[in-house]
Amino acid sequence: MELLTHRYRNVSVLVAAVLAQLLLLGYQIRSREDVPLVRVWAVTAVTEVASLLESAGAAAAAVARNYLWLIGVRQENERLRSELEGLKLENQHLRAELARAERAEALRLFQARTPSRTLAARIIGAGPVLNSKVVFVDVGSRQGVEAGMAVITPEGVVGRVRAAYPVSSQVVLLTDPSFAGGVISQRHHVQGTLKGKGVRLCTVDYIQNEDKLEVGEWFYTSGDDRVFPRGLPVGPAVVVRRGKLLKEVLVAPSGLENGLEEVLIVLEGVHQPIPAETPPAVSTLHLLPPPPADPMRATEPAGPAASLETDADRLRERYRRIGEAQGHRFGEGLPGSPPPDFTLEAAPETPAPWSGPEKPPAAP
Amino acid sequence: MRADSDLLVDGLRRPQGEARFQKLKLVAVPLAALVFQVWVPLAVVYLGYLELPLLVVLYFALTRRRQIASLLYGAAVGLSQDALSHNPIGMFGIAKTLAGYFAAAASVRFDVDNPVVRFLLSFFFYFFHQFLYWALTRALLAQPASFSLQQALMLGALNGAVAVPLFHVLAKLLGRG
Repeated sequence: MELLTHRYRNVSVLVAAVLAQLLLLGYQIRSREDVPLVRVWAVTAVTEVASLLESAGAAAAAVARNYLWLIGVRQENERLRSELEGLKLENQHLRAELARAERAEALRLFQARTPSRTLAARIIGAGPVLNSKVVFVDVGSRQGVEAGMAVITPEGVVGRVRAAYPVSSQVVLLTDPSFAGGVISQRHHVQGTLKGKGVRLCTVDYIQNEDKLEVGEWFYTSGDDRVFPRGLPVGPAVVVRRGKLLKEVLVAPSGLENGLEEVLIVLEGVHQPIPAETPPAVSTLHLLPPPPADPMRATEPAGPAASLETDADRLRERYRRIGEAQGHRFGEGLPGSPPPDFTLEAAPETPAPWSGPEKPPAAP
Repeated sequence: MRADSDLLVDGLRRPQGEARFQKLKLVAVPLAALVFQVWVPLAVVYLGYLELPLLVVLYFALTRRRQIASLLYGAAVGLSQDALSHNPIGMFGIAKTLAGYFAAAASVRFDVDNPVVRFLLSFFFYFFHQFLYWALTRALLAQPASFSLQQALMLGALNGAVAVPLFHVLAKLLGRG
């Protein structure tokens, strides 16, 4: 024992420290419980300092700007120069304020429009793990935030609240490798599981190779995960290719495209239907209205080939032509009336000559 | 201006050959490093690649040269960092405990005043820390974490390059280098 405590004291303490932490880890993993006290202390200490620093930074910028103005009073030359500097700074400041006001306005409009009850929050910190996508926001359990709540912007889904502390909350972004959520595609209603990869794009897993999905098709939250209300935009599919068993689908999250400063936390979610059209861009990019229809093209009847996408469409078109060739009008005959003779081929609608048997059209 | 080695000799002359950091500074410096890691990358994304808490632990271990104190300091800083992450508490704690211990052990074998040695040690321990964290993530959490050797080597060089001037700043700040 003496040998252990003196000669191998350093190693003994090292082993004890590592073992203690391994036991702590094992307890958390097995019981799926956290050590809230340590987290509350650390997060509160760090986020409070970070909030103070951000406020101090803004105040320092204002003081520096005023200082430049005071210097300008002393000497004319310096005044003009500093005035220019001050104006430049002010210009930058106002531009930043304008951008912030526009974002805040967009957020407010979205907040008023969406049926879900939401709470606006500001990003105040990033996570310490390399390649992890975790941020801290400035609202916490005192404002009603709870773990598991969805975090969104007008552009789309951002992530979910992992932990709520008294004055701040930790948010896992949807690009984090630990993130997963249910999604559904807009046009073909293909369901899958959105997963983060630690990079800009996310994957959508569990989509069969046989499912129909196109590049550019939007994904929305399906609501199946009980975290995100159904109908929130997630982003368009940018890569769709066949895999061994399942499709490989990559999605560009629309909620993270313009950076993150302000977000909304969904306190009470309301499911919505998947919209029929692509979500309108919230950005300030101005788009012209669509051009007027071409009068020349408007008079042209739409060719039947335009709608013949499937074998069923082509078969239906063939039967229609056979019926017309025999003078039969679908949907008008009484029950028991003789149907057209489908064994007789009708003439194609192209200018090609009639190649079928010569048969007068049957009386209706 | 005295060389770092003079300061170290002064430190060794002190009782038990230890440096005496003030308690407030011992808490404030890693707290500042954590705040830096959480707050600054919001403005400058690339600064998120700096592992300042680890560099603070390494500085402490290399100058203090006491393995038990260094491993406990590393554990405290690592556990605080864990509390800010979304992983279970203990991952960074174990990695920094081992980094602190081995850095203190290395400090008695190398001339830690030499900037080249500081760079190499910081580079090595950054790589060691990242590899250990990745191994723990895969082994204990069973998460599909990926380890990019190229990225780890590049960021190790970056952190090593930052460590050299940072250690000088910490020496001025804490009166010991």
